[in-house]
Parts: sequence; structure tokens; C-alpha cells
Amino acid sequence: QKNGVSNGTLYKKTFIEHFEQAPMYVAVLTFLGFGVGTIFGYLRDFMRAWGLEKRHIAAEREQQKDFVPLYQDFENFYTRNLYMRIRDNWNRPICSVPGPQFDLMERVTDDYNWTFRFTGRIIKNVINMGSYNYLGFAETDVNALKTVTIELQKYGTGICSTRQEMGTLDKHVELEKLVAKFLGVEDAMVFGMGFATNSMNIPALVGKGCLILSDELNHTSLVLGARLSGATIRIFKHNNMQSLEKLLRDAIIYGQPRSHRAWRKIIILVEGIYSMEGSIVRLPEIVSLKRKYKAYLYLDEAHSIGAVGATGRGVVEYFGMNPDDVDVLMGTFTKSFGAAGGYIAGKKDLVDFLRTHSHSAVYATSMCPPVAEQIIRAMKCLMGQDGTTQG
Amino acid sequence: MDIKNMKNYLYWLFCQFELITCSYLMEPWEKVLFYTFNITMLFMVLYTAYIYVPIHISTAFQFCLHLFGNQHENTVSIVK
Repeated sequence: QKNGVSNGTLYKKTFIEHFEQAPMYVAVLTFLGFGVGTIFGYLRDFMRAWGLEKRHIAAEREQQKDFVPLYQDFENFYTRNLYMRIRDNWNRPICSVPGPQFDLMERVTDDYNWTFRFTGRIIKNVINMGSYNYLGFAETDVNALKTVTIELQKYGTGICSTRQEMGTLDKHVELEKLVAKFLGVEDAMVFGMGFATNSMNIPALVGKGCLILSDELNHTSLVLGARLSGATIRIFKHNNMQSLEKLLRDAIIYGQPRSHRAWRKIIILVEGIYSMEGSIVRLPEIVSLKRKYKAYLYLDEAHSIGAVGATGRGVVEYFGMNPDDVDVLMGTFTKSFGAAGGYIAGKKDLVDFLRTHSHSAVYATSMCPPVAEQIIRAMKCLMGQDGTTQG
Repeated sequence: MDIKNMKNYLYWLFCQFELITCSYLMEPWEKVLFYTFNITMLFMVLYTAYIYVPIHISTAFQFCLHLFGNQHENTVSIVK
């Protein structure tokens, strides 16, 4: 499936996307394994119910036996019997910076993963395959962090206020100007937490009577923000333009559900790169659809900013498009920049509206200065403004 | 040299079997239960095969011979 607008930079590849199907015998054997696990799960539950084995997990009290049962559904069965056997593979604490290698705390279990204890030893130099440290800016090298140390000594770590009261520092203004310049838009606003950027600003932009068209595999923050806003949500199949177009046409033809009035606003929520699938959004097609049906586009570039595109400007540059095509550009600094927080960028009117009406601006504390300085240094390195050619 | 590779390969196969049937995750007494059940079943299947398969094959062979045998006698009588 070819891309309509060809990208005139280094990325002259056609947009082919396919997901490998697992072979048939793998699927059959997986179900066989689950079957065996389920049989043994029933056996263990039977033993627990008849007192032959101790109960490690939460159970209802004696007085509550006549109430609605809490732990009998399949999810709890699965957690008790299957997940507990393998849960030592996840959620392990680390004790160093997540660079290409890191240090892991050793953890053993005496009773088959019901309880863990730390032995106190540290396993050194474990290869890191799962962090968000895409560009390596989360580092402990003193030379690299010089400016951050200066800012830390100048400002401290606590802001102790929201953006609208006393929490806007000159560092924030500098960072916002830099972000706007980096992305090539008019203005930007930064927030203290990436998840909260999505969940607190979508309710400020849409409300009742608006329509949200969101991709099947959108992140929880987008889903939460969409649900909090009170707008109607319709879901289209992942990266499927026919499905999106059908939904848009139906929305415009039939309008709101009962009164058939026109929708106040139609907004399309997509992500630049989807974190679980690894697929890239079909941006040129979405922009052409948006222009045709007069909808707004909200692009969440959490994983793609800094990592995709010839100079790291994200998915918009990857496809060689103009940042003015996307109405709301959102991203986080957690992944490629090695810091914390998120931003929303776009036209000046939009950002000024968000400065006054966003829940995060009114109630949440703003980003702390050393973190802002870390983002500034990373961005300057990417833009080539710090004098080196590393970016 | 080849023996070592063979042993590694067999061990890898056994590991795959353990992972697929979830017996890698079981506690020791569960493993004992699972393997006892499986090996008993396998043994019974093999024993049944050992007793009954030759009888089935010879019966089937006689049946086929009976079919072709009748035809052969017919053609012989016509020719004669």
C-alpha cells in the first residue's frame, strides 16, 4: 500500500506495513499450553477450597459469603493460577540510570512467586532492551549535565505552585519558545506530566456535542481524556483509512445521535508511532481526509518526537509535510529527551486558549527547572545549537 | 563432538516441550502428577497399538485379497 505523498528526504521508501502472522502450529500449541494451565488451575482452586492448601491471595471474609462474589470471574482465576506462576519476569526494580546497560536488584522467591525478597546483591551490566531512552539523553556523565547542575543550584527542585498562580518561570518561557522553534509552529505550552497532558487537555478542547474519532490502539491517556470530556467517541480500525472515511461520512450525514443536528466539532485522535504495535500513522491520508471533511487532527507524538524524521522533528517531517497541517501537535519529553513532561504545540490562538482553560494549567504543578533545563539541552543538541555536530 | 551437539539438541527439545505444556512453571509435585498421567497414557496407547495393529493390518489385507481374489476367479472363468 503506497504512500500518496512521497517523502523527499532520506526516507524515500514506500509505506509498506505488514504484521507477521504466527504459524498455525504455534497457535495450536499455545492453546494446548493454556489448556493444561487451566486444568491445573482448577485443581489448585479445588484444593484451596477444600482446605488442602493455604490461601495466599485475597479472599472474602466469612461474613461476606452471601454477598455478590468478588473473586470468581475469569480474570481473577487467571491472575491467581497462571499469572502468579510467571510474574517474577516483570516489575523488577533497577538501581542505576537506564542506559544501554543497567544494574538490577537481585530478587528471589521462596514460595513460588507469592512473595519476593531482595537478597541485597546487585546484578551489574544487564543489557537494556526495554527503556524509552531512545537517544541516550538519560545519562550520568558530568560534562553533559553541567547546565542542569547550574540550574539545580540556582532554582532548586520544587516549584510548589500551578502554572497560573506562581509557577511560570523564565525557564518555562524559554523552553516553550524552543519547543515551538523545534517543531516549526507558532507557539507551545509545556506541562509537568506526559499522561496528564493528554488526559487534562482533551477535555478542555472538546466537550458535549462533539465527536471524537479515535484509533483502536490509542494509549490509555488519550482514551481517558476522551472519556472525561463527555464527547461521543467512535473507534476506527487501526490505521485503516477506509474505516475512518466511513465514520466521517456517517458523522456528517447523520449528525448527532438523536437530534440529527450537526456535530459541533469532529476531532481525530491518532498517535505518531503506536507503542505496542510499532506501526506509523498514515499521516498524508489522514490530513487529506481531514481537509475534505473539515475535521480537526490531534497527533500524539509521544514515541516519535526526536526519534523519527531526518532531523528528529517527528512524524510530520518523516512524511515531508507541513506542521501547519496538524491542528494540535502533542508530545512527551519522557522518551527521547530523557526528562519528564509533555507539550502541546500549534497555532498561537490554540495555545493561548489552553493557557487559560486547561485543567493542568490551573490545578497541576508545573515542570521543575532542572528537568526543563535537561530538555533544553537535549533539544539544543538535536538542533545543533550547542556548537557540536552530535545532534 | 557430534554426541555433544546431539545432547544439546535433545535438551533443547525437552525444554521446548516443558515450555509449551507449561510444565516448566509447575511446582515439583504438579510435575510428578502431569508426567505420570502423560506417560501412563502414552504407554497405554503404545501397548494397544502393539497388540491390535498387526491384527488390523492382516484383516485388512485379507479383505483386499478377498476382493481381488473374487475378480480373478471371474475373469478366469470367462476366459476359460
